[in-house]
Amino acid sequence: MFLKKLSIAAAVTALAAGAAAADCTNTVPVKTISNAFPAYESMAAAMQACGNVTSELDKDHRLKIVDAFSANPSLYSMTSLTNSTSVPMIDADLLRPLDDLIAEYGQGLSPNQFIKIDGKVMAIAAFANTQHLMYRKDILDDLGLAVPTTWDEYIAAAEAIQAAGVVDYPIGHYFMDGWNLAFVFVNHYLGEGGAFFNADWTPSINNEKGIAVLERMAKLASLMDPEYLVSDTTFVTKQLQQGDVAMANLWASRAGAVNDPAESSVAGKIVMAKALMGSEALAATVWWDGWAIAKNIPDEEAEAAFKMIVASMTPEEIAAHNDDALWLAPGFTPGDAAIGAAETFASGMAAPYPMNKHIGSMHNALGAGLAAYLTGSKDAATTLADIEAAYITDAKEKGLLQ
Amino acid sequence: MKRKTFMIFVGPSVFMMLLFIAAPLVSVLWQSFHLTQPIYTQVEVETCTPGFPAQICTTETQIRPQLDDNGKIITQTTFVGLQSYRNVLEPERLRAALDAGSWDQLMNLRFWSALRFTLVFTILTLPLVIGTGLLIALAVNNTLQRIKGPVIFISLLPFIITPVIGALSIRWLFIGDGILTAALESWTGRDIAMFAQGWTIELMMYLYRVWHVAPFAFVVFYAGLQTVNQDAVEAALIDGATRFQRLRYVIIPHLMPLVVFVTIIHLMDAYRVFEEIVGFSASAHVLSLQWLTYEFLLPDGTGSRAISRASASAMLTMIGIAILLAFPLRRVWRDHKGR
Repeated sequence: MFLKKLSIAAAVTALAAGAAAADCTNTVPVKTISNAFPAYESMAAAMQACGNVTSELDKDHRLKIVDAFSANPSLYSMTSLTNSTSVPMIDADLLRPLDDLIAEYGQGLSPNQFIKIDGKVMAIAAFANTQHLMYRKDILDDLGLAVPTTWDEYIAAAEAIQAAGVVDYPIGHYFMDGWNLAFVFVNHYLGEGGAFFNADWTPSINNEKGIAVLERMAKLASLMDPEYLVSDTTFVTKQLQQGDVAMANLWASRAGAVNDPAESSVAGKIVMAKALMGSEALAATVWWDGWAIAKNIPDEEAEAAFKMIVASMTPEEIAAHNDDALWLAPGFTPGDAAIGAAETFASGMAAPYPMNKHIGSMHNALGAGLAAYLTGSKDAATTLADIEAAYITDAKEKGLLQ
Repeated sequence: MKRKTFMIFVGPSVFMMLLFIAAPLVSVLWQSFHLTQPIYTQVEVETCTPGFPAQICTTETQIRPQLDDNGKIITQTTFVGLQSYRNVLEPERLRAALDAGSWDQLMNLRFWSALRFTLVFTILTLPLVIGTGLLIALAVNNTLQRIKGPVIFISLLPFIITPVIGALSIRWLFIGDGILTAALESWTGRDIAMFAQGWTIELMMYLYRVWHVAPFAFVVFYAGLQTVNQDAVEAALIDGATRFQRLRYVIIPHLMPLVVFVTIIHLMDAYRVFEEIVGFSASAHVLSLQWLTYEFLLPDGTGSRAISRASASAMLTMIGIAILLAFPLRRVWRDHKGR
């Protein structure tokens, strides 16, 4: 961690040669906590360059922030936030509305970045994320295959690639047991036009659409490395980088890495494309990632924290880290890495990942229950019925369902 | 020792045990019979999130916890009796599976499948740990005095490694085209995927646990070997006892209390198997009881935990350990009374 901070600090010193960081000098101590990947690393570095900012980058930050922000004063001035991590923070009323600060200091931000709950801005989105197709253009061209646009075409193309035997496995997918596997189901179920809940929040996944999704997942699994149940996003990224697979449906935030010559043996050969269609919509969800400020801190600190958010998103900063993410702030020019996500967003066919309390419980039940179908110990209908039962037990215990 | 002096010496540790062991235990027991929930109300919420090109606003009926004047979430606690235990044990579905006589159906119940693995894991690794530990101890005892130090040090290494780290390093040797999998593949000429099916993962977990814990058994037995009565060994030698007979009738009976000790420690440890499930990402294929508790305790994507079921599951794990320990402890008690 310390080494990482050092290297960030070094990177910042190099970058700060420009005038960008000069006008953000900060005198009030600000402490941030955030997820840890390149986009947050560059934002944290930009904040630190202004002085008096301590940044904690932690992939498990979501397990800390509710308790940390409940303290008075809060242990951090601000945190990174997404669709789903915002739910418990807003429930417990731990975030400070930002409207007054935006009026005073936020002219440089785009209104599209404001996460508004009942009219009040509770967070500033920094970038958007989604999942879309990444494919090896050379392989598809050699085999004369068109770029797939639907999951059926994708499976057909994968079978053709498998038959040609040019790669170990035609596709990679984040099928790791737990959150990832459940997330695949969530995306595909939305792509089939499914709704997870009835009006009274009872579950409604044990239906034709749910079964269709499971059958498609089993089909996809048969085209993957047989160790797919331990395959997370990083694993799939490596499969693409090492040329083990020809296509993958992956998070947009990995689009830069798969073509990074420092890591990838097939750099430049992987092309991004729009997310794939299910029967009714794209089987992809839109996520926003951004910053929110603690309620339990003095106004002075909140003001300083807000200025840091603004400083991390100046057009100069965005331009310097253009390919790290799909930035929402002004100054972003979508490059080759962003094409897939940009087309996915532009189509308007990808739903945002739901921001309600029940999806957390449902996502958990799916994560625990889906593997049984893929390992063959349950059939599709039993799997879905068991997941519904697990959701009901869980939601009742958590007070979400009567 | 005077009673007062005794109390002064023992007092602090009794106090610590009450504070850090007994009190949390009582609290877990209490929580397993109660349910603490926020009081939710339905609200219409308008949410605006980034869209392309413009924001997307949706209005949805959601539930929100009620807050008190200090901004804290209001919770209510109700006594639910054995409900959480029922939720963990799923007795109706257990009965259905037993009535149908279907092992597969039984193994689809999370608790019972976790219990199956936990018991097999505990009971299968026990003789292997004791056997391997004893073998290493005998081997080291018979090596040259000069190299004993280094040999003991190397034999102890696996035990020094943090369990999760050890499990992860074994996982990296085998996952995907890890070097050992690659080696096996070139040796057998077949495509091998160690993480694709349950039994290979289970096998790796057993081997890992034996590799990790055998040094502990070794150290204990090695210490025991230093106290073997040499007169008795020599007497047996004069009586014409073979090497095996000396081991069987002199050395092992001498080590027996230590075997019981290692057994007790191992049963307690192995029944709480958890690191292996994490390290080998085994949860898709096999679960352990401790993993189940962890799953309940981990907040879901939107921050709620299943504390009551986690408590019930933890109590059940403790009851399981108590039952398992009853056997070796009874032996200790009998020996104690016999003296």
